[in-house]
Order: sequence, then structure tokens, then C-alpha cells
Amino acid sequence: MSAILAVIRRELTLARRIGAGVELGIVFFLILISVVPFAIGADQKLIGRIAPALLWLAALLATLLGLDRLLQADEEDGIVDHLQLAETPLMLVLAAKALAHWLVTGLPLSLVAPLLGLMLAIEPQAMLPLSISLLIGTPALTLIGLIGASLTVSLKRGGLLLSVLVLPLSIPTLIFGATVVKEAAAGRAYSTPLMLLAGVSLIMLVVAPLAAAGALRFARN
Amino acid sequence: MNGTSFPHAGEMRLEARNLMIRRGYRLLFEGLDLDLAAGEVLQLTGPNGSGKSTLMRILAGFSQADAGTIRWPGLEEDDEPANALHYHGHREGLREALTPAENLAFAAGLLGGDAGSIPDALDALDVGPLADLPVQVLSAGQRRRVALARLLVAPRPVWLLDEPLAALDTAGQALVGRLLAEHAAAGGMAIVATHQPLGIDVRHLALGGIPS
Repeated sequence: MSAILAVIRRELTLARRIGAGVELGIVFFLILISVVPFAIGADQKLIGRIAPALLWLAALLATLLGLDRLLQADEEDGIVDHLQLAETPLMLVLAAKALAHWLVTGLPLSLVAPLLGLMLAIEPQAMLPLSISLLIGTPALTLIGLIGASLTVSLKRGGLLLSVLVLPLSIPTLIFGATVVKEAAAGRAYSTPLMLLAGVSLIMLVVAPLAAAGALRFARN
Repeated sequence: MNGTSFPHAGEMRLEARNLMIRRGYRLLFEGLDLDLAAGEVLQLTGPNGSGKSTLMRILAGFSQADAGTIRWPGLEEDDEPANALHYHGHREGLREALTPAENLAFAAGLLGGDAGSIPDALDALDVGPLADLPVQVLSAGQRRRVALARLLVAPRPVWLLDEPLAALDTAGQALVGRLLAEHAAAGGMAIVATHQPLGIDVRHLALGGIPS
């Protein structure tokens, strides 16, 4: 238990100190959303229609930020050795790292997403569902990323490979997440995609730490 | 401060039998037997590339030998060997953006130590005044001392130290010898890969040769 708290406390301190904290993720999210009208043009209707997909894509990319350093920085410093010697099982230590990562990326994004949705002329009734879908879905993205980060831990410059591994696995999350917002914007019931989204997150919560621990041991052997 | 004695350490032993390790097509060693009892320090020597670090990582459980067994008799059934050992490798295990105190607090939480012992541990390694500077500004020798303070913050019976004397000055090297002696006297065991004399009673194992 103390190991888990130690991991979370350290990740949050580091995020704050090396400027990879909450603000940076939000600024990245903001910039991504701001360049959309420049690419698409000032067609408010069109932007409003594709906004749910754009917001979810932006959340996916923002989650990928820093994911490649999540374990690789520790590997370079020799700290992964210590993670493997912890009294707490490796899978719980890794789950704690994922939680800390989510606290500085997924959580703040979920909270500011409605504001950014406003910039994309999203329907007002879709704002709360947008936040809820991100709150429920972004943990799955982080957890999938944890598996990728474990697999690529011993590769220098494994960031690109990490994205190639992680993005295809994120497709179900993306489909259900964006569907929640789309349905809500159209004024239809969205509980089915929301439950499927929660299902994906729950499965990842069980599978990802286990898979990541196995992948990490394998990658370092 | 190393008056700590370890539960069951008296009965704890390391028994490695018939270890064989290959790297690619190259045979590093085969038929290697290794025995270590509580209270003993083993100094591992051998030419560069003879497999000292590889052996250390295998003993720590990070990688697997191609053949042979490693047992830790005397360890409680439900106790993982990983929970009983410290590994200190070429990389210090410190994050530059954090201070020594923060790095050690993390180690204490992770490895099951007492965060209250951090100031004493840093003092024991003569780096007490550096506790609240970022590791970034410390010299290589100071970093090594901070990293070694981890051994005192989280008491564990087995120390695996790979080149712990690198970057240390003469006083620092003598200090490591003293820590090892105290650790052995408290019933711990240690394997140290280094070519420099430790200044204490040790057993020797030379890789790429015949154990003496």
C-alpha cells in the first residue's frame, strides 16, 4: 500500500516539477481544437457535426503525450529495477503509475472538454455526456498505453512504436466514446454506448496491469 | 546504525547450481556454482565482458539463466526473493528532477523502508547537507553516495552491488567497505562486483576462471 502511495506521490511531484503537469496537457488539447477551424474552414454546421469525433481524437492524442516517458524515463534511471523489487506486486505498482498518469491527463481533460466543445459549436445537451464519456473512457486509453509503454520500455526512442501499438487498440474506446457524444448531440438515448465504454474500461482495468507487468518482465529479460 | 538484524537471516542462504548463461552464440559461463551464507560478503571479479553484471541481474531475478537453478533456502515460503534484496546497478536509480530526500522517500515507500531514517542514512554516507538539492546538481560521486543510502533506508538482507565503488573517492570507498562489514555483522549477505579491494574480509569468485 505504501508503495502505491509512494509511486503516485512521486509521479505527481515529477509532473509538476518538469512541466509535464496538468496545464500542458490542457494546452495541447486546446491547441489541437483551435487548429481545427483553420483546417476545415468556418463551416460551423460541419464543425459542430464532427466535433464529438474531434474531441475524442484530441483526448486520445493528449493521452499519448508523455506515455512513452512513463516507464522509459524510469528505465534509463535504473528505477524499473527497483519497481521489480517492490514489496507490492509489479502489476499494482504499474496500475499506480497509470492512475497517476490519468490524474494529470485524462481527468483534467474530461473536466475542461465541455469548454472546448463550446469552441467547436457542440450541441449544449451533449456537453455533460462529453465529460462523462471522457471520464469513463480515458482510463481505458491510459491503461492500453501502459501495456505499450511496458513493451517498448527498453527501446530508445520507442515513442513512435508505442503509438503504433496503442492507437489500433484504442479503436473500441474511440467508437463508443464518440458515439455517446454523437447520440447525445442528436438528442437520442446514449446509455448503451456509455455502458459499452464502461465495459471496455473495466476490462482494461483488470487486464492491462497484468499484461503490462508480464510485458515489462519479458521486455527486460 | 546498521545494528538491524534480519528476521530469519541466520538461516538464509543463497544456493546457485550449475548456472549457464549464453549471450547470443557466446557462452559467458557454465557449470557455475555459488554458495553464500548469512554474514558473508562475496567479491565478484573477472575481465570486462565476463558476465559479472549479467550474473548480478540473474541473481536479482531480472533475467533468467539459460540453465541451472537459484534457490534461497531459509526464506519464508510466501516471501519472494525480490522482497529480500537490494540491487544497485550502473545506473543510480535516482531521478534528476527530485532531491535526494524525495528519491529516498520513494525508495522507502517502494522497498519497504522507514522514511524517518532518511536523514540518518544520508549522514552516514556524508551527504546529509545535500538532502534538499536537486540530484541534477550533484556530482557523480555524490549521486553514488545518495544511491547507496538507499541500502540503509530500506533494510534488506541481501545486497547485490554492481561496481559500487565507481566514482567514489578514497573515503567513499572505505565507507562502502565499512557499510558492507556492518551489514555482514548484522547477518546480511552481499555480492559485490568490483576489482578494487574492499578492505574487509571477503570471499572471492573470479568469473572467466576457476572459483577460489
